[in-house]
Amino acid sequence: MSDQVSTSAASRLASRIPWAYIARRILAAIPTMLAIITVAFFLMRAAPGNPYSVDRKLPPEVEANMRASLGLDKPIHEQYLEYLGNVVTGDLGPSMKNKDKTVTELLAEGLPVSLTIGAFAISIALVVGIGLGVAAAVRQNSAADYSAMGLAMVGISIPTFVTGPLLSLIFGLWLSWFAVAGLDLGRMSFYNLTLPIITLALPQIAIISRLMRASMIEVLRSNYIRTARAKGLSERRILMRHAVPAAVLPVVSYLGPAIVGVITGSVVVERVFGLPGIGQSFVDGAMTRDYTRVMGTVILYGGLIIIFNLIADILYAILDPKVRYE
Amino acid sequence: MIASAPSENAALMNRAAVKGRSLWDDSRRRLLSNKAAMAGFIVLGLLILIAIFGPFLWPYPFDTQYRELRDMGPMLEGGHVLGMDIYGRDMVSRIIAGLGVSLAVGAIATFVSLVIGVAWGAIAGFAGGRVDQFMMRIVDVLYAMPFIFLVILVTVVFGRHIFLIFLAIGAVEWMTMARIVRGQTLMLKQKEFVEAARAAGVKPFGLVVRHILPNLLGPVAVYVTLTMPVVILQESFLSFIGLGVQEPLTSLGRLISEGQKELGKPWLLFAPAITMVITLFSLNFIGDGLRDALDPKDR
Repeated sequence: MSDQVSTSAASRLASRIPWAYIARRILAAIPTMLAIITVAFFLMRAAPGNPYSVDRKLPPEVEANMRASLGLDKPIHEQYLEYLGNVVTGDLGPSMKNKDKTVTELLAEGLPVSLTIGAFAISIALVVGIGLGVAAAVRQNSAADYSAMGLAMVGISIPTFVTGPLLSLIFGLWLSWFAVAGLDLGRMSFYNLTLPIITLALPQIAIISRLMRASMIEVLRSNYIRTARAKGLSERRILMRHAVPAAVLPVVSYLGPAIVGVITGSVVVERVFGLPGIGQSFVDGAMTRDYTRVMGTVILYGGLIIIFNLIADILYAILDPKVRYE
Repeated sequence: MIASAPSENAALMNRAAVKGRSLWDDSRRRLLSNKAAMAGFIVLGLLILIAIFGPFLWPYPFDTQYRELRDMGPMLEGGHVLGMDIYGRDMVSRIIAGLGVSLAVGAIATFVSLVIGVAWGAIAGFAGGRVDQFMMRIVDVLYAMPFIFLVILVTVVFGRHIFLIFLAIGAVEWMTMARIVRGQTLMLKQKEFVEAARAAGVKPFGLVVRHILPNLLGPVAVYVTLTMPVVILQESFLSFIGLGVQEPLTSLGRLISEGQKELGKPWLLFAPAITMVITLFSLNFIGDGLRDALDPKDR
């Protein structure tokens, strides 16, 4: 009996996946990705002077050789198409300042660190934010609600680059609970990632809890919740089965902006706590004018943002069938 | 007959006196009774006054180094109440200068986004049809781009000139404005008063400038105040990672970044961080207050 129920649930889920909508959204993401690559490419080519000879004057023959080896002697549209082809195959070119590494290798080195803190921050933000929002909505206009939402307002107004240094001052330097500076790969125990992850999650917790509270309050007022109450369902079941799944929609559509927030935040957090992630590598590249590395990172960030927006849109379409036909 | 004339006049005058409140009067009353927003206005006003007149009133210039006072904490002696930085510069004057740059970035970049966004949105909304679709499609494509990183790319390629940073941030933030303005314009151009003006022979340009734009003022004002803190944050983010304004100029984000490197001297971190938070709070309160006042149905 229960087996039958679960298979029918699975097939119902499969039939609910809007394949046509997903295909349409993927197609719509292509121009955006293309725009990012194009803007990055032409911005770099618009750099005043030759970006490949910033360090020292070279004899003209040597420079011509260098340009030829880098493909800079070809017409600009050929260079563009070549770069585009390379990006598609995951080749972001050589790093200009770190001669023995390619940009792809540099990014691959930093990705595990950035992904770890980013994934944990988002997960924590979702769980805590949704929980807080539901709790505040259920106790609407109580002291607990007001203090939670007051804290959320503070959380939204205080940027990562203020909370990060303050947390590392208080919990790192004063209380010595965590090691905070120079968390290179050797000392980077999971325990010491606590502060960076909290710093990254805080503003997202604040935003998600506000979204969730507002949407919960609206859902709890709706007729089908009243029906559920009239049927005599327990309050717990009403919340978990009927209210929360409907109220979570605005949070799902916030996933895209949340990813942007976490990526931007990770650039700050990695710098504050000295983590060897992509953000840190990006800032180093920008400081040393390592054009290819900065470009590659911008393209990677753009790709990540587009992919997560896509996932958010698809989740939304599964949860709320109306949007597929708009 | 003759006697009734003055009383008729009085009745007319009375009617003028009880003239109904306009929507703007309503909004003003709602705004004035919003304590958080009024506190925000007062604090922001003070901050602006400090940023403008502070440099003339405070005895220490923001870029003069008093080497013998390097790294000194807050002290009453000499009036260095917020202490000195690692080069022996007075922190009060550093913060006044940083506040000035941050507020200026907020104002200028928001103005840039205002001009581009309103023009783009009003044209798209008013033209409608294919032009509208094409223009908004561009906005959709740009919207999903990681803009703050493109701004960084711009500063890497063209150098870190402060006006370039103003422009780049402003040029990034116009898209939400364009969407809001377009939506409002689409709605407004269907209204009877626009139709009446069109029937009276007003040309398209006149319709937009005289009849549509004035009615956009409310939502645009709200969005402008909400954009300011975002823009200030973006500049501070750039300065924090070392890509914003350059020495000896400073901004709040840069000061926080310097404080973060010297955690052993916490006064270097606390003062700019608190100033930053106060600035953002006052702007957020004003923005929320304006939104509630101008758009009561959103509450």
